[in-house]
Amino acid sequence: MSDRGLAVDARVTRGTFTLDVAVRVEPGQVVAVLGPNGAGKSTLLSAVAGLTPVSAGRILLDGQVLDDAESGAFLDAPHRPVGFVFQNYRLFPHLSVRDNVAFSPRARGAGRSQSRAAAEQWLDRLGLAELSDRRPSDLSGGQAQRVALARALAGEPTLLLLDEPLSALDARTRLDVQAELRRHLSSFAGPSLVVTHDPLEALLLADRLMVLEDGRVVQEGTPAEVARRPATEYVAKLVGLNLYTGTADGDEVRLDGGGTFVVPDHGEHGAVLVALRPSAVVVSPHRPDTSSVRNTWPATISGLTMLTDRVRIDLDGEPSAVVDVTPAAVAELGLRPGDRVYLSAKATEIEVYLQTGAAARDR
Amino acid sequence: MPTTLSSRERERRATTGGGSRSAPAPLLVPALVGMLFLVVPLVGLLIRAPWGDAWTILHGSAAGEALRLSLWTSTTATAISLVIGVPLAWLLARTAVPGLRLVRALVTLPLVLPPVVGGVALLLAFGRSGFVGQYLDQWFGITLPFTPAAVVIAETFVAMPFLVVTVEGALRSADRGFEEAAATLGAGRMTVFRRVTLPLIGPSLAAGAVLCWARALGEFGATITFAGSFPGRTQTMPIAVYYALETDRDAAILLSLILLLVSVAVLVALRDSWLRTGSAAS
Repeated sequence: MSDRGLAVDARVTRGTFTLDVAVRVEPGQVVAVLGPNGAGKSTLLSAVAGLTPVSAGRILLDGQVLDDAESGAFLDAPHRPVGFVFQNYRLFPHLSVRDNVAFSPRARGAGRSQSRAAAEQWLDRLGLAELSDRRPSDLSGGQAQRVALARALAGEPTLLLLDEPLSALDARTRLDVQAELRRHLSSFAGPSLVVTHDPLEALLLADRLMVLEDGRVVQEGTPAEVARRPATEYVAKLVGLNLYTGTADGDEVRLDGGGTFVVPDHGEHGAVLVALRPSAVVVSPHRPDTSSVRNTWPATISGLTMLTDRVRIDLDGEPSAVVDVTPAAVAELGLRPGDRVYLSAKATEIEVYLQTGAAARDR
Repeated sequence: MPTTLSSRERERRATTGGGSRSAPAPLLVPALVGMLFLVVPLVGLLIRAPWGDAWTILHGSAAGEALRLSLWTSTTATAISLVIGVPLAWLLARTAVPGLRLVRALVTLPLVLPPVVGGVALLLAFGRSGFVGQYLDQWFGITLPFTPAAVVIAETFVAMPFLVVTVEGALRSADRGFEEAAATLGAGRMTVFRRVTLPLIGPSLAAGAVLCWARALGEFGATITFAGSFPGRTQTMPIAVYYALETDRDAAILLSLILLLVSVAVLVALRDSWLRTGSAAS
């Protein structure tokens, strides 16, 4: 394996919180770090940027040591070739947009006019030229996001870090900026780490996903892999799947929470995860008598929620599940909280896979 | 028991959501007495002021000299406070050296110390036979007491803590995120301080400087103890007022009025950044 790109294998301790993470990001690759609040996402960026030293392990960039707890080597933040786009951007309120973007070239030794020229160039490239003289307080959210990116890029970094780059934007601006950010990230030659808690953002921006929970990596893979086979409850919720743990034995999986699924036999044995799409489950008021559906079980409706184009039904049973149906179906079947219904799912709709990674070690 | 409410009062209560605006007598009377007590003396100053002769008095007497001396010494004291007080405030706010709490207590002591005590302390330290002053005298031939330099030192001693306390508070409450951002953009610690930290606390810095200057301008006790009262050399405005009260009452009143005007100007200048919030928010 080449030593190009970012390689983190480190532990970071902040008070009682410990982040334990190993990740590689190749040049040109975008890795999204996904996880709930307090999972350690920002701590990871902070360690890579040199704002928080690691307590064990090390961080390398293109083979150069940024931080090594064992040897004590530490390159402090101003000397790391890192561009950091902060959550809420942290644009300097007392400087114009131009001087914000010129800050890094200037701090890294360029003259005043030279820095300003560099800033103008970046502002031009990101379509912000007409905002040069404005103060950050006069910018819209989308504009501030672009200026923050320009400011980070103006330092000619070899590594980009983005902390919740779109979270401060309203829904409509977010779509525009997202597409644009994706373009800039894919034209950036170095590795990029993007922290987000929005799975859609992660799917759209990143080549690979890394899911952090409680300071540990619980899953890593391409967006498609993670979306199809979530490793934990949290990831399953993010991608909108029912997830169960169970024990596989040939074409049968005995679920830990009660109930059994008949599944396609792929030869798995032992502890497995079972993922089931909410739209793959059929709700009927009576026990269906079609023989092609292998899995049928009774459940009680505990809640109904209207989503944009469908109704999500929460059901208690063995196993419990969330199921998506059309509003028309709810009306036709007269579904109400407390109703007893039958659920059925085809064996082929059920995704069974072995538990891996930290999630498996936990159990 | 029902009372009557005018339609105007009804509207006021409806829009502000407030209740009755009248205060009960046990609160109202002492409040009025307190207000009069603070305002009446100032009114006296205005009534007795020799408005017609103001120009001649200021030019003819020692008043003009005292004014000039006060202005340049308090401005110099403020400049010195900025140069050494701001780094001191940074040290207190941003470092975690053991014993810092004691240092902070010592640094802010002049805030509550009777100024005369400050003057005595300065005399004992920098006086001709003081434990620092004797060497200044022996090695460099410098004698500080009873010189304009002593005025500046006394004023700095008393006024600098106001600047330090204001700036330290601002540094503590300032958003460190901007400094982190500057560091990731390649700025070393001095660059961060100069280009990010200082500009961000600018309003508090200005407020602290104005407060410091006003305190230096009004300094009396420490100055008269350490620098004496030589007209034209060490007799500042407050001291001149005190002596003029016996010899030239009109000049005393006029000088007091000038100091009053300056104080009002300071209040106006501080109104936004200091008084309204009670702390120096940037």
